[in-house]
Amino acid sequence: MDTGDTAFVLISAALVMFMTPGLALFYGGMVRAKNVLATVMQSFFTIGLVSVLWVLVGYSLAFGPDKGGLIGGLDYVGFANVGQAPNPDLSPTIPHIAYACFQMFFAVITPALITGAFAERMKFSAFALFTTLWLLIVYAPLAHWVWAPGGWLREFGALDFAGGTVVHMNAGFAALAAAIVIGKRRGFLKEAMLPHALPFTVLGAGILWFGWFGFNAGSALAANGLAATAFIATNTATGAALLGWCLVDWLKRRKTTTLGAASGAVAGLVAITPAAGYVGPMGAMAIGFAAGIVCALAVGLKYRFGYDDALDVVGVHGIGGMLGALLIGVFATTAVNSAGADGLLAGGGLTLLGKQAVAVLVTLAFSGIVSFILLKLVDLVVGLRVSEEEELAGLDIGEHEEAGYAFTEGGGGTAPMPAPAPASSSATIRVPQGDSA
Amino acid sequence: MKLVVAVIKPFKLDEVKAALEGVGIQGLTVTDARGFGRQKGHTEVYRGAEYQVELLPKTRIEVLVDDEAADDVVKAVVAGARTGAIGDGKVWVLPVEQALRIRTGEMGVDAL
Repeated sequence: MDTGDTAFVLISAALVMFMTPGLALFYGGMVRAKNVLATVMQSFFTIGLVSVLWVLVGYSLAFGPDKGGLIGGLDYVGFANVGQAPNPDLSPTIPHIAYACFQMFFAVITPALITGAFAERMKFSAFALFTTLWLLIVYAPLAHWVWAPGGWLREFGALDFAGGTVVHMNAGFAALAAAIVIGKRRGFLKEAMLPHALPFTVLGAGILWFGWFGFNAGSALAANGLAATAFIATNTATGAALLGWCLVDWLKRRKTTTLGAASGAVAGLVAITPAAGYVGPMGAMAIGFAAGIVCALAVGLKYRFGYDDALDVVGVHGIGGMLGALLIGVFATTAVNSAGADGLLAGGGLTLLGKQAVAVLVTLAFSGIVSFILLKLVDLVVGLRVSEEEELAGLDIGEHEEAGYAFTEGGGGTAPMPAPAPASSSATIRVPQGDSA
Repeated sequence: MKLVVAVIKPFKLDEVKAALEGVGIQGLTVTDARGFGRQKGHTEVYRGAEYQVELLPKTRIEVLVDDEAADDVVKAVVAGARTGAIGDGKVWVLPVEQALRIRTGEMGVDAL
């Protein structure tokens, strides 16, 4: 047991916890004012819900003793047998309970990420039921496959330092399923759905960036050089991705956008996540810059394919996570981490890239298909969508009986329900049809 | 009596108000408004999607004045609101039949 490692991992766990309120702001700023609370609530509520699920059964399913490479056993239900002594298979230098806490906040943020796809139209009850089922049926098994001793993808040799597949691709492709199953927001592409408070979004991106040092450096599970390597890889990739997205904006219209800068930073954080402990700073820079450019173009895919991924979870987390997972196969080097592998540029040939591609395809298929089924199930049980009237009036009043902003003393700005704006009232919309992908 | 109504750029409100005080007005009503004129809005871009925003934020002001003061008030609004660029807004003058100060019951010009 190492007290320095323990201190570092516990602080990292708290940093990762802070990412989810950051995500609430990141998403909350991007929706319309009438849906700000419903959007913020989906992230914030998830902290409570998944914290409880994790202690009850989630941790055990993910990290309990291996059953056939597919799932963890029930030995850790209720955190039974999760003690103060280290578990040598999971984290030899810190208390087992510290490891379980650190992992808990990864499980919290992953389903919260998905909420951006179905923002502004899903019932709260449907969201809560879906999040519960998804955590136990999609997240826990995938975390087991990739990270737990005996998990089949880990034994296969695919690398995922801090959750590019388990967290980001997983959320990204569940998001794609969600956008398809729940359908478009009413008025999508017919009326303007503008972000109502981008300063929230930029602040949220900043909090995510800060918390991500816990996510990635903390995934070293020790206060050591590898943690420092992951730290600089994380920051370098994020800076480069911010520049990459701004470059795309600049080339298109000779303007940079704050939403582009915030989105670029998040895309870089996503893409470096699986690679942070396997690449040097220059590899990280390349991965981040690529992510900024690719994700800036990928957010246009929804217009081409006609799905309403409201806050671009697919374009940023799905595509960014996939890009990072694949580029490990190019930039990984054992000079950085002897427990990793050599990618293409370090003379490792195509072996690692092939294994990464398998991990990507497995994640994409498993997450996409099982999430699709779960969403259909939730739709049958409680119904996914709010009513048309509620959607027009906003989910803050409809789902929570509150208004995000009260500018007068007579109650919130949107109560009682205002007449919906005519479809073409205030804007015409031109989306990147031809220049995406 | 006349009602002078103007729709101006929101950031010119302080200058218009100062100019109106300079010609001795006793009161002013200000409302946030949205609208378009011949310039038809501006473009906003979010993650590469372009939105032509046709209704722009404007500020609407109303001043109730004596007949003789109306021209000076209009001139003051123009002096305060003009930038020379498109979207500076418009001023118009309406006749007013009656006015009444609620607290005292004074009517007509006495109520101004």
